Amino acid sequence: MNIFTTFKLAIRALWRNKVRTLLTMLGIVFGIGAVIAMVAGGQGAQASVKEVFDSLGTNVLVLSGGAQRTAGASGGAGSRQSLTWEDVKALESGEISSIKWVAPTMSTRTQAASEEANWNTSVTGTTSVWFKIRNWEASRGATFDEDTGNSTAKIAVIGQTVATQLFANTNPIGQTLRINGQPFEVTGVLVTKGQGPRGDNDDTIIIPLKTYQQKMEKGLAKYLKGEVLLSMVEEGQAQRTIAQVTALLRDRHKLDGADEDDFRIRNPAEFAQAQKDSTERIATLLAIVAAVSLLIGGIGVMNIMLVSVIERTREIGIRMAVGAKPIDVMTQFLVESLVLASVGGLLGLALGYGAAQYMAGYFGWKFFFPMETAGIAFGVAGGVGVGFGLYPAIRAAQLDPITALRYES
Amino acid sequence: MPPTLIEMRGIQRTYVMGDNLVHALRGVDLDIDAGSSIAIMGTSGSGKSTMMNIMGCLDQPTKGTYKINGKNVSGMSKSELANIRGRMIGFVFQSFNLLSRTSALENVEMPLLYQGVSSRDRHKRAMAALAAVGLQDREDHHSSQLSGGQQQRVAIARALVGDAPIIMADEPTGALDTRTSYEVMGILQGLVAKGKTLIIVTHEADIAAYASRVITLRDGLIVEDRQQTPIDAAAALAKVTAEREVADLALAEKNKRAEKAS
Repeated sequence: MNIFTTFKLAIRALWRNKVRTLLTMLGIVFGIGAVIAMVAGGQGAQASVKEVFDSLGTNVLVLSGGAQRTAGASGGAGSRQSLTWEDVKALESGEISSIKWVAPTMSTRTQAASEEANWNTSVTGTTSVWFKIRNWEASRGATFDEDTGNSTAKIAVIGQTVATQLFANTNPIGQTLRINGQPFEVTGVLVTKGQGPRGDNDDTIIIPLKTYQQKMEKGLAKYLKGEVLLSMVEEGQAQRTIAQVTALLRDRHKLDGADEDDFRIRNPAEFAQAQKDSTERIATLLAIVAAVSLLIGGIGVMNIMLVSVIERTREIGIRMAVGAKPIDVMTQFLVESLVLASVGGLLGLALGYGAAQYMAGYFGWKFFFPMETAGIAFGVAGGVGVGFGLYPAIRAAQLDPITALRYES
Repeated sequence: MPPTLIEMRGIQRTYVMGDNLVHALRGVDLDIDAGSSIAIMGTSGSGKSTMMNIMGCLDQPTKGTYKINGKNVSGMSKSELANIRGRMIGFVFQSFNLLSRTSALENVEMPLLYQGVSSRDRHKRAMAALAAVGLQDREDHHSSQLSGGQQQRVAIARALVGDAPIIMADEPTGALDTRTSYEVMGILQGLVAKGKTLIIVTHEADIAAYASRVITLRDGLIVEDRQQTPIDAAAALAKVTAEREVADLALAEKNKRAEKAS
């Protein structure tokens, strides 16, 4: 019997038992759907985590003041003012060769206003290298160059969220915004970065460091109230650089061997990696659970095919009587379960695609549709059909025609 | 002298049933000529079903040789037997054995599927076989939409479609009323007239009367083998039909009179 006819017969046989076929298929549909959705969701979540930390800039260390201890209670990183502007200069001097850029930053949350609206946002004072470290460019206007970054000009580069809030749909470049009542000219709007580890990256205003010190801090201070971003020349230098910076600062702060560091160096990449690893573990776990559900779906197919063989014993007998060979009978049942599983697999693909898309929208992940996974899952569905259909098909083929013909259902 | 189509020599068949050895056939010798009609009779337990299973290549003898058309069938594999069944034998069963929820046409086409006949030829030959049993306009009907007689005729069409020389009928009229039995036997006799070899397995002498040769089995052995002039089923059917018409007319007349009287 040619294979086309066999498929036609199988589809007809499945069609005759529509409800049962559908119910059997559901196991495969949900199994494949779950695998696809979980793998897609996992990849989306990982990509989102990566994106969040990539927005920090790669290859960056964050240096901040140490924790202030008051009667044993720790005030948290940066609460103790221990970093001086002289420290920053020492870091910038090139003494530590792996440091590429140094960007001192000072931040506060405050009210910013345009003619039309006002908005509470984060204001950061920093220099031009900050934009390089964070790999962040302007979509309109320009970021600071070396001159403006080190000047006391009253200029501001704003994030997209601030631009939208304060200037609605008009072009913000050249317009004035007020921070604590002080007028600033908008000279640049940054490209959209989306969510970062500290919330909306685009909800920010950047002004030159010295301007910040003058206007927000009311004059120069000895200590730096903020953080210093350090970028490294190459990747993989984090450990060494941390050690060198620590040694330099301990020396400058005249700390003894027994003293604790009065500063802190964080490596966001390390944190990002840990976060990524845990996301990956959860994604793997979910994929395994999904695979188990697919296995159960396969067992469901086997169960129904076995019932079907018993129920159709008479039919098998008749087919054998009119000349069906054992291999014909086996092929018939095998193809039936293959068709069952493949159609279920296709529906499962559609379901998984939809679920992945929904999850991506719901959790704000990137939408990923893993084509290889889809291919593999579909292949697995076919495999499940053949694998779990094999035993019932062999049972059918081994039936004795006489017994089968006399079988009373 | 017509050629010998079936040749059985010293056929024995034993079954193990629990601890007992059951001798269903104890050494049967039988030759059947091509184009003849033969009835195999016997009570239940006589071995006639076993005989039919072996003749129909559904079962293998424990001992002895069985040749169809000169070809030794004993010792063949399941697949080879299936092949022989498909090409040489058309079965007609007491309970029709049509596939449910399947059209008459598909039922008739089924044997051809396993012989690798193309879809167009299958359709053509199945339609011809249905026409041969007078069901040309019922090809789309499912078995549940057909009467018992019609179902058995579909089964006969299925037995014919592969052009097998042997038609093997196991109690073909067992589930039918008298009139329909005549119809079905008429069709089967018609096939013999066209050169088919008909083997009927039955326990009813009435049905055996349509064959030209009757063998009787008892306890796994042939105890009687006789030739006879078969009854003509077509003539019997005509007679029954005529009688019924007369009876119907008489009944109608009676009813009319009764109506008038009241």
